[in-house]
Amino acid sequence: MSIDATSSREPPKGASALAFRSGSADDRATPSRHRERSATRGRKPRRLTIGRIGLYGFVAVAAAFFLLPAVVMVLTSLKTMPEIREGSIFALPESFDLTAWIKAWSSACTGLDCEGIRVGFWNSVVITVPSTIASIAAGAILGYALSFWRVKGADVLFAILLLGAFLPYQIFLYPMVRAFSMVGLYNTLACIVIVHVIFGLPIMTLIFRNFYAGLPVELFNAARVDGGGFFRIFWNVMLPMSTPILIVAAILQITNIWNDFILGLVFAGRENLPMTVQLNNVVNSTYGEREYNLNMAATILTAAVPLLVYFVSGRWFVRGIAAGAVKG
Amino acid sequence: MIAEATTHSTPRPGAGDHSGKARPGGAMAAGEDSSVSVRDLDIAFGAHKVIAGLDLEISPGEFLVLLGPSGCGKSTLLNAIAGLLDISDGEIWIDGKNVTWAEPKDRGIGMVFQSYALYPRMSVEKNLSFGLRIAGLPKSEIEARVKRVADLLQLDGLMRRRPSELSGGQRQRVAIGRALVRNVDVFLFDEPLSNLDAKLRNELRVEIKKLHQRLGNTMIYVTHDQVEAMTLADRIAVMRGGVIQQLGAPKDIYRRPVNRFVAGFIGSPGMNFFDGALRSGADGPAAELGDVRVPLSRYDFARPPKADGAVVFGIRPEHIGLGEVPEGHFACEGTVDLVEAMGADTIVWTSLAGAPLTIRTDGETEIRPGETIRFSFDPANACVFDTATDLRL
Repeated sequence: MSIDATSSREPPKGASALAFRSGSADDRATPSRHRERSATRGRKPRRLTIGRIGLYGFVAVAAAFFLLPAVVMVLTSLKTMPEIREGSIFALPESFDLTAWIKAWSSACTGLDCEGIRVGFWNSVVITVPSTIASIAAGAILGYALSFWRVKGADVLFAILLLGAFLPYQIFLYPMVRAFSMVGLYNTLACIVIVHVIFGLPIMTLIFRNFYAGLPVELFNAARVDGGGFFRIFWNVMLPMSTPILIVAAILQITNIWNDFILGLVFAGRENLPMTVQLNNVVNSTYGEREYNLNMAATILTAAVPLLVYFVSGRWFVRGIAAGAVKG
Repeated sequence: MIAEATTHSTPRPGAGDHSGKARPGGAMAAGEDSSVSVRDLDIAFGAHKVIAGLDLEISPGEFLVLLGPSGCGKSTLLNAIAGLLDISDGEIWIDGKNVTWAEPKDRGIGMVFQSYALYPRMSVEKNLSFGLRIAGLPKSEIEARVKRVADLLQLDGLMRRRPSELSGGQRQRVAIGRALVRNVDVFLFDEPLSNLDAKLRNELRVEIKKLHQRLGNTMIYVTHDQVEAMTLADRIAVMRGGVIQQLGAPKDIYRRPVNRFVAGFIGSPGMNFFDGALRSGADGPAAELGDVRVPLSRYDFARPPKADGAVVFGIRPEHIGLGEVPEGHFACEGTVDLVEAMGADTIVWTSLAGAPLTIRTDGETEIRPGETIRFSFDPANACVFDTATDLRL
């Protein structure tokens, strides 16, 4: 089949090669490249074997496993409470009712206040934006310093930093609470931002160090011969080349910081509780009837930002995971 | 493609840059008139010593090539001169100043790298002017210098382009230009041509040679390509294992290599080597290679030969002739194993005393494999090395 396909594609290619003699080298190269590409992509399987059916079956089950809860959430959030009580969780809503969404956003009760989770949304924005920018800036400069300005003990420093990435958060909580209380920062916005920057530093440093280690050292040397200092080379030479890794870092940090629960709960203080904590308060409020539609809507709203980041960034996100994982 | 028209004067660069400053007084014993002087240099990476006790004096305006196989320390030495590498011990002087601990930018050097190392997000113009902008030169001065270099290297049409929009040859010209705008006395080249294809390499080699003739700067050029070394250099320093094996004019190194390594490294195809022994006879000393006896009465011994010592006998393929045997030449017969036609000349593979022997002859030869040929060479052109020390006798 594949042979047929390529040979039927060839005559026009050959004709164009004849027609444009002048650029013949390029023209002749194209058909063979096409052939190679179709070969590496693989041809269509001729028959459905049992193995293949099994494979597709597994993929379908896996997809259903992850998609069904999301479907149920969306469906439930659009139903009214009587509908939820009476019908199956998979039943379609009778009418698309958005009141639960509106209530979740603007008037759901999080503990004593009943202003919806929009308060948490804006708190999360105010926490995420400076934390992301500051942790990326710190990781980029540290990664750059560790790859190019190799001082004695740089590797040891890097190893210690990486060790920090593998220690569980919980063991730091109490000491950090004490430390922040002593300097009078505990339960402030600055406190939670500093905590996020500190906990983001190992992974940020790792991905930037790996990225800069992949750049030719001659570039750095050329800039030094030209008289560039530490920050000049970073700002004028390295940073303009760092767009891909900056995007990756931003994706990692935005999703990590937005999804954080425990650090926000412990360090942010009552005024700055992030959306994840507010969501928990909405869902776990103990009085009255459990409003499943409202809970579902609030949950989807909280997940919206990371979801948006995943959908918009797609291939960059995969690259980010690879950047953090593959090179050591 | 260096512009031939010399309407614009090219003042000797660097004249105003450093000479005005007071020279540090005192100890300027050796190499007072050297452009670059490396004294007793040690470089170690951890416990591993890459260069130990190296001395090198380079005169003003000299084109010095550091030649050697990869890992011989030639790039390390260049980086140390540039200040891109911390040295363990010793001193480096440039233009009469001790720059051992000076920053690269303060050494009065310009450098060209193997991978061009152009700043990818800057236009050609910004690449050329980056160092000048850092130095805070006035805008008019920067423009004038960039324009002069652009004219010299014919980069005028490319000034707005990014490096990614240039061909390999153009990129390397920009990289050379970036070194030139710095108006310095000493240029350092780190294998600048090895990323280019053969044709471009030859073109740019000629350009660099012309550039040196026009500017008259000191140039230190690192390469592993012996053709580049032979054609460009005033002097070649052949390096191995962090040690300069031989320092001399290309012709001397080609004719009188100090040891077997240098002899084998210079020349293509390489020198033919045969194991043998030195014997003295009635007609003077001779090299005994298996059952073949090569009389060495015409050979110019550098030191009096030890009789009956084991030696390695070397003769270059281009020093072996076919056909008529001139007076005093050594002649022998062999069966042709292989013929490699290379256009301008032909390499004939045969054997001498049981070891393979290559002969370089003209491209018109009709020799076929299996034939028996008669070849000859002048023993004065041979090289005899002591097997134990590898040094030339």
